[in-house]
Amino acid sequence: MSQTSLLHLVIRCSFLWVGLLGLTLHTNSASAKASATSASSQEPASDSSEPKEFNASEVILHHIADAHDWHLYDHVDQHGVSHPVSIPLPVIVWCQGQFHTWLSSAFEHGHASPVSHGLTFHMDEHGHIAEASGLTVLDFSITKNVASMLISVLLLVLIFGSMARSYARADQKLPGGLARFLEPIILFIRDDIARPNIGEHRYHRYMPFLLTAFFFIWINNLLGLLPTGANLTGNIAVSLVLAVFTLVITNWSGNKHYWGHIFKPHVPLWLYPIMVPVELVGIFSKPIALTIRLFANITAGHIIILSLISLIFIFKSLAMAPVSIAFVLFMECLEMLVAALQAYVFTLLSALFIGLATAEPEHETH
Amino acid sequence: MDLVTPQLGLLVWPALSFLLLLLVLRKFAWKPILDSVNERDAQIRQALDAAKEAREAMVRLQADNEQLMAQARAERDQMLTEAKKTRDHLLSEARSKAEEEGKRLLEMARQDIENERKATLTEVRNLVAALSVDVAEKLLRKELQKDEAQEAYLQEQLRDLQIPSR
Repeated sequence: MSQTSLLHLVIRCSFLWVGLLGLTLHTNSASAKASATSASSQEPASDSSEPKEFNASEVILHHIADAHDWHLYDHVDQHGVSHPVSIPLPVIVWCQGQFHTWLSSAFEHGHASPVSHGLTFHMDEHGHIAEASGLTVLDFSITKNVASMLISVLLLVLIFGSMARSYARADQKLPGGLARFLEPIILFIRDDIARPNIGEHRYHRYMPFLLTAFFFIWINNLLGLLPTGANLTGNIAVSLVLAVFTLVITNWSGNKHYWGHIFKPHVPLWLYPIMVPVELVGIFSKPIALTIRLFANITAGHIIILSLISLIFIFKSLAMAPVSIAFVLFMECLEMLVAALQAYVFTLLSALFIGLATAEPEHETH
Repeated sequence: MDLVTPQLGLLVWPALSFLLLLLVLRKFAWKPILDSVNERDAQIRQALDAAKEAREAMVRLQADNEQLMAQARAERDQMLTEAKKTRDHLLSEARSKAEEEGKRLLEMARQDIENERKATLTEVRNLVAALSVDVAEKLLRKELQKDEAQEAYLQEQLRDLQIPSR
């Protein structure tokens, strides 16, 4: 098992997803177009006949951001007024010592102000929910990202649950069906990520985390590439949570040698005021690097694809469409590679950090 | 919602979900999958070792067989050579014996013939002598019917007595 076989897997997987691309392109361009006109629907009564200028950055930022509903497309009625069509999701907020829940449709895309337990709430154009009198509101809503993540969790449990069952069933313990595709990836994570970085004796303990992290990131990266998909792994909060898991596991399993290196480095005593803070910063800089790498890579990919589609609306020309679509097709293929690559990088670096924290001094390891 | 400001909901839900996912998959997926993969690895390693051993045993057996074959071939050659030698020996012995026997028989026959010849000769001589004596007797009887003849003969005989007989 080597890097090249992972590449083969990724390519094979890419072909699988290419079939979905046509749909992606169609819907992405449709929704971009809809967003172009939806800017006008903010004030539906006043100037619906005069569409606003297309603002690419606004559209793109809207698409990569989280939302309280799962937007599918915009419907333009006979009067030329655009209505967003979306799946409502639960809104859960904590205010004044109690939870307030609605479906996101209760806000009518910011046009309504629902009342709960005597408090009035409204949603601004960026999706922030605020209380009318300015009380602190904690938002625990099942947003589009959370919903997408729950779907991915369900998928992962179903996929790997059935895979585990297929192993229990088979007499010869031979992988079959889905397992035949997934086993090489699991073996790759075991033999090319965990073993060389953490070491033969200790890697078993960290396999569940590394496998879960890899497949969680990968499947969410891929789901993000689907039409109307959520940009979960490109959300800084989510990549932060994943990096915090690595941080906790790394420092929880850090041995005497690791902590000794931080608090009693092998330098003259007068350098300690400099070295110890530097080492302490080092503990946190590693997961921060993980956070930003995943967030930036995935978000950047989405921004590029959306920018390419926006070109059609910036040039206001149908002739631009084939060019845009050709570039988007190329980018989607590249993004599918990046989806696996970023999952691999995150897993590899996590394994590396754990390996550094648990490594015994040279003379003991060999 | 802002790009680089983490939202509370997106910290809490992913943290909870990921932790739960980690625990569920560890118990129900990763452990059984990795266990059976490891078990299969061990089985494959065992099978490979066994195959290697069998191959080595086969090679050893083949070498043994070849050695046995060579030995058998050598033994057969030796036996053949010995048999040939024995046959030659027996043949030559038989031939010399036969020759000897033939010679002996010939010799015996020659002796017999010689003896027979001698006997026959003796017999013939005796017969001739007897016949001579008879003839002489008859002659003498006829001659000696006269007295002077008898006298003359007697004289002659007496004269001849000095001549040694054969």
